[in-house]
Amino acid sequence: MADYSLHTERLSVGYNGRPVLERLDFGVNRGELVTLIGPNGAGKSTLLKSLAGQLAPVAGTAYIGKDALADISADALSRRLAVVFTERLRTELMTCRDVVATGRYPYTGRFGILSKEDRKKVAEAMELVQLNGLADADFQSISDGQRQRVMLARAICQETEIILLDEPTSYLDVKHKLEFLSLLQRMAREKKLSVIMSLHELDLAGKVSDKLVCIGKNGVERVGTPREVFVQGYISELFSITAGSFDEASYAMEPEAPKGAPEVFVLAGAGSGRETFRELQRKGIPFATGIIFESDLDYPVARALAANVVSAGACEHIGNKRLQRAKELAASCKRVICCRRDFAPWEPENRELYRELKKNFAALE
Amino acid sequence: MRKKQRGNKGSMKRRYIFAYAILIAAVALLLILNIAIGSVRISPGDIWSIAIGKKTDVLMESILWQIRLPRAAAAAVLGGALALSGYLLQTFFHNPIAGPFVLGISSGAKLAVALVMIVFTREAVRVSSASMIAAAFAGALLSMCFVLLMARAVDKMSMLIVGGVMIGYICSAITDIAVTFADDADIVNLHNWSKGSFSGITWENVAVMSVTVFAASALIFLLAKPIGAYQLGEVYARNMGVNLRLLRILMVLLSSVLAACITAFAGPVSFVGIAVPHLVKRLLKTSKPILMIPACFLGGSVFCLMCDLLARTMFAPTEMSISTVTAVFGAPVVIAVLLRRKGGTG
Repeated sequence: MADYSLHTERLSVGYNGRPVLERLDFGVNRGELVTLIGPNGAGKSTLLKSLAGQLAPVAGTAYIGKDALADISADALSRRLAVVFTERLRTELMTCRDVVATGRYPYTGRFGILSKEDRKKVAEAMELVQLNGLADADFQSISDGQRQRVMLARAICQETEIILLDEPTSYLDVKHKLEFLSLLQRMAREKKLSVIMSLHELDLAGKVSDKLVCIGKNGVERVGTPREVFVQGYISELFSITAGSFDEASYAMEPEAPKGAPEVFVLAGAGSGRETFRELQRKGIPFATGIIFESDLDYPVARALAANVVSAGACEHIGNKRLQRAKELAASCKRVICCRRDFAPWEPENRELYRELKKNFAALE
Repeated sequence: MRKKQRGNKGSMKRRYIFAYAILIAAVALLLILNIAIGSVRISPGDIWSIAIGKKTDVLMESILWQIRLPRAAAAAVLGGALALSGYLLQTFFHNPIAGPFVLGISSGAKLAVALVMIVFTREAVRVSSASMIAAAFAGALLSMCFVLLMARAVDKMSMLIVGGVMIGYICSAITDIAVTFADDADIVNLHNWSKGSFSGITWENVAVMSVTVFAASALIFLLAKPIGAYQLGEVYARNMGVNLRLLRILMVLLSSVLAACITAFAGPVSFVGIAVPHLVKRLLKTSKPILMIPACFLGGSVFCLMCDLLARTMFAPTEMSISTVTAVFGAPVVIAVLLRRKGGTG
């Protein structure tokens, strides 16, 4: 408890005295990367603004270290907490170095003249985010990904214990998303920074975060490690997903499955069927598939898209019962697609199923 | 790499020094020209002789001391004030075409000064410089309040400007009504003044305006650091520990004081407030307040000295109103700014 660099006690946040989120209790340790996830409008940005001291809480208290946020002067807070928010900077004739240097504001004198020490810190921060070649470029002329890194460098050279980021990866392409998040992880690990951010990319959130704070329609529903949060069905519930699905085990999303009785049977497994499943989904053809081990790459996609899946546990024998069920399903379909010809020694049932299908269906695909 | 960076920094430094040198030289040169040129020509040599008290041509001396020098000083001081006021307003509203004239702040000040002049002259009380400034300040603040209320309601910057122009028209209309019903004796005075002119400035005026303008400008210079943070937007300014409320109030008050000061002595002067900060920004190639604030002041001085010189001499002996000349030079700058914004940021 005493180690938290930031924690809240029955904190309620909102606008004009009307709470959006109520009675929050969570803590962030030093060096921890914590991500807020949840549907749009649930209050992630409101919470971040409140933690940054930019929005007065409706009730309760947020603490930075042991000090209540409300008791910390604006000047002192600026040395303890930095932000990278979604407001886009509209600079005029400012180089990237100028923008990064604004992070030194709390440390410069009355006229904001940078000392040698300040300039060194600015250069270090830019090196850390790999921006050196852009130091003299106009901030308006660089790409979104670069701009976001400038803003991070700015926050870094503010030398705070905490950085808050609101959807920092929203405008970035996949390369820059990965670079940016890896950089945040490194900062948290190496500089013992506490990073608190909101993310829409659930898969990335689940992979990079030490802790997730799930903010749903009814406030904070869960706080825990990705392992604790990404349990079967929870993410779908948090976001009230109705069309399509999110697989908590593989962090994969699939669109809505075609409705109706299966028209096609797909013999899949060993990762051979995924693309076929998706093709059928795109054409809107309901299908059944089997017999797939639950550890198979095909399994999450089959579960998300197929009308029926015949599956076996990762370390089980398939057995006759499952084989019979697969045969019945195939018999009820007009078409059969066979995605594989080779079978492993531990799945004789699939080999048998293949032989059977070849016999019964003249037009085996 | 490192070497290149250092080189770049050096070249920027040279640019700043160069820009300041140009501005200071221009102010000095224009001051001399403003004193020398007129219906009675006074050569630089004569100016020198009079300045050191060697030559005693009574007429020349009185033209120089009583008419030209106070007028030139006023143009320099008020021009600087006007440009600085415009710079503050542009920063405050994050709006590149804001200025005391377009936002109706000058017109509000004008209305208040006109009313005070009419009432005072009717009561046969002499209007002192200080009371003129006070009246103009009250009028400017009143207009500013309306502009601020409007800024809260509209989020589009063009609408803010349209609203400001409307406030300006309303204030001018009321001023015209007041002038229409004023005594004949006042009208001549008021009419000249309400069109904007640096003529008839006394040393007492210059003293009062200098104290006010220099005090306000010094305060603004002291605010250079938080203003720089404010340029990045509220969220980041607050995160840097800036007391936004206090800064906002100070920016409103200081820009109003400056706008009021100009209006009290020279009437409403258009376009200097908008155009000069942009020209200076181009010259310096930076938007850092610590460099921009003094440079804006110098730039405003240059601009107004030049415009006043032209207003006096172009169609001599007829004198044009100062706004006629400032508009000719200032309006194209504003158009250029608008065009570039449209091309640049879409």
